[in-house]
Amino acid sequence: MIYLQLFISMAKIGAMSIGGGYVALPLIQQEIVEYRGWLTKSGFADLLTISEITPGPIAVNASTFVGLQVSEILGAIIATLGCVLPSCIIIVILAKIYQKNHDLALFQEILAGLRPAVIGMIASAAVGLMLFAIFKDGMANFATQNINFFGLAIFVLAIIMLRKFKFSPIKTMMISGVIGVVVYGIAGL
Amino acid sequence: MSTKDKNKKGFYKTLFLSTLKLSAFTFGGGFVIVPLMRKRFVEELKWITEKEMMDLICISQSSPGPIAVNTSLMVGYHLAQLKGALTAALGSILPPFLIISVVSYFYDIFRSNTYVSAAMKGMQAGVAAVIASTVVDLFLGEKEFGGLFSSILTLLAFVAVYFFKVHVLIIFLVCALLSVIKSNIPSKGCKKL
Repeated sequence: MIYLQLFISMAKIGAMSIGGGYVALPLIQQEIVEYRGWLTKSGFADLLTISEITPGPIAVNASTFVGLQVSEILGAIIATLGCVLPSCIIIVILAKIYQKNHDLALFQEILAGLRPAVIGMIASAAVGLMLFAIFKDGMANFATQNINFFGLAIFVLAIIMLRKFKFSPIKTMMISGVIGVVVYGIAGL
Repeated sequence: MSTKDKNKKGFYKTLFLSTLKLSAFTFGGGFVIVPLMRKRFVEELKWITEKEMMDLICISQSSPGPIAVNTSLMVGYHLAQLKGALTAALGSILPPFLIISVVSYFYDIFRSNTYVSAAMKGMQAGVAAVIASTVVDLFLGEKEFGGLFSSILTLLAFVAVYFFKVHVLIIFLVCALLSVIKSNIPSKGCKKL
């Protein structure tokens, strides 16, 4: 039954992707393109493009997209529910454990170790995004023609908005988008 | 947060609308949710302390599943048990669900639109700045909490993920283990570390 298959596939992706969307991507490709054949390679590329221009977790985006393709809106709902069900179960259990034990020494020690790991992980994502925004090939290649000066300027401006003027992240991202429209869209640079 | 706040009529509505709004702005990967959540629940609503928030984020990110959904579930549960978790999760799932449904319908128009891709290109740089700035805040905060040991662990974790592409599960396990070992060494001289 197609609905059950959708549900199970997405639950599998939801349960196995630790560490954010970049970990989920290869899993999604494996399950959806190679194993189930629900999307072609070019369909998967479309999914990536759509995920990039829309907000939201890539696994949720993928579930909705694939569900729609396979069996309309009901498919999308079932696939999305499947994708978040493992999270719901695991997080509720962990949240319960946290509420009961967060004063426990061992629990605090484990958290004290996880915090640096999580910060290191976010830092890694930050460096990747920065390189992608500033260099045309996304790598730290300092040849002049490889530097996206407008990207660099927007990045620096955004940092000033955040740190000096204490703009909220949402406001900062919106302004960056508007500058993007002006620079790349209207001026066509 | 006191129980009185939770019983207020608008509590679930505020919680739902908060995660709804934050989710609608998580461009560029789930990590953007970290500064957005801190701003909303710690600074604006004052429902959660800075320290609790860090714990919740930390647990959410170490668990499988989409980071934005996990963090919403965790924050929701922390504030109002299961009902809170489901309310927050629904808020965080609805925007991507609705947006994808609409966008995939009009996909060809969106893909070829110059202004959409121009806005995205600008936002990419903005998102990079938001996350870079968050990392600085988190690093400085953690340095205060955990001192030199935490700072070194953060750097090692970064190098392991970024340069050596070590699986995050291994990094979580090793860091947790190191922290437990460090705390249980009967130390005299290096207590400060």
